[in-house]
Amino acid sequence: MAKMLMKGNEAIGEGAIRAGCRYFFGYPITPQSELPHYLAKKMPEVGGLYLQAESETASINMVFGAAGAGARVMTSSSGPGISLMQEGISYLAGAELPCVIVNIIRGGPGLGNIAPAQSDYFQAVKGGGHGDYRLIVLAPASVQEIIDLMGDAFDLADKYRNPVMLMGDGVLGQMMEPVELAGEKEITIPKKPWASTGRMGRKDKRLISSLQIVPENCEKHNIKLFEKYAVAGQNEQRWEEYCLEDAELVLVAFGTAARICKAVVDTCRAEGRAVGLLRPVTLWPFPVKAFEKTIATAKRYLSVEMSMGQMVEDVRLAVNGRRPVSFYGRVGGMLPVARDIYNEVQKLLARGKA
Amino acid sequence: MFEGILIAGFGGQGVLSTGQLLAYAGMLENRHVAWIPSYGPEMRGGTANCGISISDKLISSPVVSEPTVLIAMNRPSLEKFEKTVEPGGIIFVNSSLIEIKATRKDVSVFYIPANNIAEELGNAKVANNIILGALLELTGVVTPDTVEESLRKVLPPHYHKLIPINRKALETGAELVKNGNSSSMAG
Repeated sequence: MAKMLMKGNEAIGEGAIRAGCRYFFGYPITPQSELPHYLAKKMPEVGGLYLQAESETASINMVFGAAGAGARVMTSSSGPGISLMQEGISYLAGAELPCVIVNIIRGGPGLGNIAPAQSDYFQAVKGGGHGDYRLIVLAPASVQEIIDLMGDAFDLADKYRNPVMLMGDGVLGQMMEPVELAGEKEITIPKKPWASTGRMGRKDKRLISSLQIVPENCEKHNIKLFEKYAVAGQNEQRWEEYCLEDAELVLVAFGTAARICKAVVDTCRAEGRAVGLLRPVTLWPFPVKAFEKTIATAKRYLSVEMSMGQMVEDVRLAVNGRRPVSFYGRVGGMLPVARDIYNEVQKLLARGKA
Repeated sequence: MFEGILIAGFGGQGVLSTGQLLAYAGMLENRHVAWIPSYGPEMRGGTANCGISISDKLISSPVVSEPTVLIAMNRPSLEKFEKTVEPGGIIFVNSSLIEIKATRKDVSVFYIPANNIAEELGNAKVANNIILGALLELTGVVTPDTVEESLRKVLPPHYHKLIPINRKALETGAELVKNGNSSSMAG
């Protein structure tokens, strides 16, 4: 299939349709509005439903309803809207409902701005909503990878009966890059014997709820959820390795920050320095297995983020005190510049020699 | 090979679509390409710009913060972005609408009255492609043939009748800088 030029936000929409998603509920916010715009046009063409809700709170509860009825459903927003959705996301996780939530992150906190950022990492991987739960969080770094991961996002949601978040930043949402769309493939959406689709003569009663009023039952439910998360945590770690085989200094970065770090690794390698990049593709589960692979050669890790330092905490947990872990970040909608990361790398390499 | 091209003007001048055309042509020539618009809180009727990266290598940040080429279609764009151009880079100034001169001495500056020439050619809307033609002539980033092929692919068939005038615009722009008659180099 020929290549075409596509915007990141549109690629999310196209990827969703190709994954069999037929329901979208959302509310516009920059820098992701091209996504609802795209689906407003495309959903009716494939017999799907696009609905602009009255708010993000309404959107996420509509997602709850559609997911409970067994549909492949998604919503999208940016930081402030995702914050409004947190109650619903906790309910979805509690009721074990599969859905896909897209966050194209902008500068925060508060109203912040509409420029690219990665400062919603904590919110996505550490909770955000109340109670003990996990989201599976995917972080693409190119428009092609957005298309590829959207199918996986819906499959993982169904496999684990859990909300999945796809997380990008304003740059990824706004940029156009060439993409290759695979031919239309048969979509197999797994059977959902738990879905509330009407009695239709069945004897069993199906109830979708996150209410667990009896503490003994609520504890059992939590333990069951965490058995599920343990399996996902073991089986779904994904990452990209770039020049890692002999890397003494390992950069760790995701999304747009990882693209910039790749250029830094190229510069360092051209100078004969053993620098590599570990790019987490799943932010939860965090790819701790990749750290076990690199720890033998690594003398130090450097987490590069578009935040004040959030993922660096997971890097420290994965390294677990065995090596020093440093941080470099730009924030508030500013992008890290390759030259500045390079200077940071030089400083750390010099420190390693001392 | 790497070019980071910034095209800036006011809304309605077609700077975003000219950038997409260039990115599309780069893709057809199997380069790595990225296109990104400014999506700041601009006003309707305000400024618009986009960055296009075309490279042999993977594109790291698609944001063109230090362009190798700047196309300034109106005065605010020249004033805002002149200082960001890489030393040794190129600035195209649409002198139909910009009465001031660039002040940089370490870049090549070409003054092209794109709107006037476009009107002489018979279609005011091809102004951008006159400057694009000059850009292709000087940088060789893609060929005019590939740009024409891109137009054929991105334009709906009922607009294909406009392809010859666009081709003519590209060629006119190339001639201008080939002969050096509309250009003046500073520094």
